Amino acid sequence: MFNQSRQTVIQFIVLSAVIILLVRLFILQVLSPQYKIQAMDNAVARTTIYPDRGIIFDRNDKPVLENTVTHDLMIMPTQLKGVDTLGLCRILGIDTLAFRDRLVSSILKNGRYRPSVFEASLPVEKFVKLQESIYRFEPGFFLQDRPIRSYPYKVAAHLLGYIGEVDSSILKRTNFYYQMGDYAGLTGLERFYEPILMGQRGVKYQLKDNKNRLVGSYENGKFDTAATAGRSLRTYLDVGIQQLAEKFMANKLGAVVAIEPKTGGIIAMASGPTYDPNLLTGSERKRNFSWLLTDTARPLYNRAIKGQYPPGSTVKPSQALIGLDEGVITPASGIGCNGAYYGCNRAIKCTEHWSGHAASLRLAIAWSCNSFFSNTYRLAVDNPKYSNVREGYAAWRHYMNSFGLGVRLGVDLPSEDKGNVSDTSFYNKLYKGSWNSCTNVSLGIGQGEITATPLQMANLMCIIANKGYYYVPHFVKSIDGKSTIDTALNAYKLRHEVTHISDTMYQVVQMGMQDVVEKGTAKPAYVAGINIAGKTGTAENYGIINGKREKLQDHSWFVCFAPREDPKIAIAVVVENAGFGATWAGPIASLLVEKYLRDTLSAERLKEVDRIASKEIILPVVKQKRMRLDSLRRIRLALEMGDSSVLQNAPPPAPERPKLDINVQKDRYGNPVIVPMPEPEPDSQNRKVKDTTLKSAARLPNDERKKS
Amino acid sequence: MNGKNLEISRGIDWVLVWLYGLIAVVGIMSIFAATYHNEDVVSGFLSMKTDYSRQTLFLLIGIVLATFILLTDSKFFTATANLLYFFGIILLLLVFPFHTRVKGTESIIRFGNFQLQPAELCKIFVNLALAKYLSQVDTDFKKLRSQLIAAGLVLLPAILSIMQSETGLALVYFSFFLVMYREGLPSIVLVVGFSLAALVIATLLLDPNLLAILLTAIAIITILLLRRQLKRKKEILVLIISIWAICVGIQRFAVPFFFSKVLKPYQVQRIYATVGRDFPVDPTTMSEEDIRKIEDKKRATSYNVKQSKIAIGSGGFSGKGLLKGTQTRYDFVPEQRTDFIFCTIGEGFGFLGSALLLLLYLGLLFRIIWVAERQRSTFSRCYAYGVASVIFFHVFINMGMTVGLVPVIGIPLPLMSYGGTALLTFTILLFILIRLDADRQMVLR
Repeated sequence: MFNQSRQTVIQFIVLSAVIILLVRLFILQVLSPQYKIQAMDNAVARTTIYPDRGIIFDRNDKPVLENTVTHDLMIMPTQLKGVDTLGLCRILGIDTLAFRDRLVSSILKNGRYRPSVFEASLPVEKFVKLQESIYRFEPGFFLQDRPIRSYPYKVAAHLLGYIGEVDSSILKRTNFYYQMGDYAGLTGLERFYEPILMGQRGVKYQLKDNKNRLVGSYENGKFDTAATAGRSLRTYLDVGIQQLAEKFMANKLGAVVAIEPKTGGIIAMASGPTYDPNLLTGSERKRNFSWLLTDTARPLYNRAIKGQYPPGSTVKPSQALIGLDEGVITPASGIGCNGAYYGCNRAIKCTEHWSGHAASLRLAIAWSCNSFFSNTYRLAVDNPKYSNVREGYAAWRHYMNSFGLGVRLGVDLPSEDKGNVSDTSFYNKLYKGSWNSCTNVSLGIGQGEITATPLQMANLMCIIANKGYYYVPHFVKSIDGKSTIDTALNAYKLRHEVTHISDTMYQVVQMGMQDVVEKGTAKPAYVAGINIAGKTGTAENYGIINGKREKLQDHSWFVCFAPREDPKIAIAVVVENAGFGATWAGPIASLLVEKYLRDTLSAERLKEVDRIASKEIILPVVKQKRMRLDSLRRIRLALEMGDSSVLQNAPPPAPERPKLDINVQKDRYGNPVIVPMPEPEPDSQNRKVKDTTLKSAARLPNDERKKS
Repeated sequence: MNGKNLEISRGIDWVLVWLYGLIAVVGIMSIFAATYHNEDVVSGFLSMKTDYSRQTLFLLIGIVLATFILLTDSKFFTATANLLYFFGIILLLLVFPFHTRVKGTESIIRFGNFQLQPAELCKIFVNLALAKYLSQVDTDFKKLRSQLIAAGLVLLPAILSIMQSETGLALVYFSFFLVMYREGLPSIVLVVGFSLAALVIATLLLDPNLLAILLTAIAIITILLLRRQLKRKKEILVLIISIWAICVGIQRFAVPFFFSKVLKPYQVQRIYATVGRDFPVDPTTMSEEDIRKIEDKKRATSYNVKQSKIAIGSGGFSGKGLLKGTQTRYDFVPEQRTDFIFCTIGEGFGFLGSALLLLLYLGLLFRIIWVAERQRSTFSRCYAYGVASVIFFHVFINMGMTVGLVPVIGIPLPLMSYGGTALLTFTILLFILIRLDADRQMVLR
């Protein structure tokens, strides 16, 4: 009845309140996209679907590695009410205290509303029991399958590598393609072909409610993507040969590499000591891994591509080729040798004393005459067509590099080493510019500043077998479902022409190498009916033991290819500290050749296999260290399990060690170890084993040479 | 009576009825969207076990009740206004010995399956009584005495509600000051009221010492600016100084006292949460249990508001569609069928839907004010303004709460939130107005 303006004021108040709300709503709903994202986070669970990893087959389509399933017991902390925890503890064999510990740690790790792994990779008995009674523990506990790798032939651990949880460096390197907790190939082929093996991950969007329970698919799966299984790899590997090679190397340190010369396909690659790759899957993985990692013999180390050994006499065929190509020797060249080479004011000893063993190139190769090849080296380096020794040496080094020595070949495995062929500046520096062909004459017989990996030596055999070309050694022949975008294998289709050395020169050297086996230094490697062209090597090496540099037992080398007239396999074998090349490496190589070419071995030859396989060749000092480490580990394990009696009493019964090898597990458990301690692997997986007593002798310049 | 029956529709403001029906149906739809769990819709509506079917039933009861109200003689309301008020106060008092403990409130009486919340119902009685008092011939609202009586009428149930831990409902009664303002309450009261609110908010936001310095600075500047007038009129100086003293007093002593002694810690916490600050927990003066309660409440409150904002914000411009809201359908927003029912609209229908709903309410309010102004009798006009004020307060506070503008005060969204008492209360409030309006030519006392 009075004051109309007050009506207006009230209307104004109402209107402004509504406008305030409208503005606020506009800001929230139209201008703030973050709420949409938060709503997605709230209500949509993004599940990654992991495809099956690709399988790796050998040349006969046998799976070297397969997928199987392991079972994890999962816990959902929010839904534990009314769960018979005591019953569960009884099945798992843990007490309530341990139960609470695991519960707390899973809550800390993933929170209450997310499932966590309560026990990973259940052993079969536990799984069976749980499977029967899991309904009693649901929904607080449930079983979940997880795919893992299995290795039906228990071989090829080194080259296949293993998969493991990604770490931060992988996350960064892949630009966070992986997520925490994902598995990826960490070493070996698993890593090299990771993008192919892993396949394409799928994503599934599901709606969840406020308690994180899944309540259905999101938008009828409109945004879901399907997982594509990883593609399988077909390799050149021959499981039978691989098994045999690993059997030989199980209780020895060293490596075997077998390559198909015409393709560069690797038939077998073993590194001793080996281990069963199944050890690194399943529930005992962690324990086994640390056990292998700390083993003095370094079983995780792939000596075939990372072991850098002085090649010794196995370089002689290549020296002959250099000499022939440089024109400083002819097939008819020979020298008189009475057991030593005196051309450099000191005696370089030769194993053969009888005159005439170096009367021609063929003979010199067959009898591995040090004098002849010292002389050849000097002739090549001092070749008058070069103005000085530096140029001569550079030319020589160029030959060596083109033979694949001192350079990384590019095998399809990560972290290959390149060995060493020193360059001129190294000598200039070491000898302050004053050196000559005598200074490093030992290079001609594969000693001194030269190291090579077994892979390089096998590749060198391929070059000689092929008379001048090679394909980069590789495992993978083809990728299933290969598409044109795949470039992974392109590098292995390239034919590398090594030098312009003529076929006749190769012919001479090949004949010399056949003589090696038939009448020369490697008669134990002779196989009736197969023309094996080979070359022994007995490489001097040094180690530092208890602070003193000591000459160690020689490495036993043997390289060969067969059949000579149509080479199908080229092999390099090195057995550390095993003495003469013909003693261990030769027979190993010949057995592998025979097995590969004939597919079977006679009973007599099988006896030979057993004789070699059962022979343990490990330096005493390494064995001692291994033994000491093992007993320490046993005590630690016992203490962890609450048994303090070990401190007062005799050592407790040895815990079950991971089974590394069928035949010789007792010995191996003693402790294997290696002599030339190669450089620590750049691989983050393998922490350096502290071992100061042994060092690579190969890296040290020869004493003799220093004196001169 | 027969003659009246025929005339029942005469004079009724159908716009209000339609707006009422529209909002109530939108409300049932929202409750349906918030609580539907893939059951059969028809049996869901018939079962009386689902929230939306019960709300439908309440609406039907409301319509029956509305019919009865429309059949009632307008004079009945003026005649019984005071009686009803006393009845309401007695109901409120009865709550103390007979209340049932439901979710932290002490304001509900239960008879078997039926729950009654007198504090909710009392709004009608207070509105009637206030209108009655203001429309009496001997009331001169220009006098302070009348103003105090009117304020007393309104504040008595408010105080009782606070004692029943229903701060939200208590605050609703303050909306009646708008009615008093319309009837001549000096503007200064509203201005002082707003200033007081501003001061309290500043107290919460700013460091006490800083605020004291600011207040002092404002006082000094005012004195400097007005120094000429001050020479002539000493009273102004006294006024300024006393205002300053009161402000500082409120800020330094009254607010802390009020917070620590009068309000419950969780209420204080909610007030702090609204202005975006943490409640200052003082371990020396508070019991461990109190601190724990505050921490719990803090988490719950901020969770409510956060989820509510996510739900509304994720609706975007045009919304996700009915039953497509992931946040409201899967229970991320607590209390979403009652106090946070607006989230369903916000998420399902986006800014468009929200604005439309807001405009519906705006239309309702403006229509009521328009209706109020056409009344010949003061009683009807006061009553109408009372209805407008209550609905306005509810809508603004409730929506403001869901979008994080005002503290989480548990009051329902009129005609939409799930709950029989609230729906029936608003129905009765509105239909009494429609009944009074139908007789707008009559002068009621």
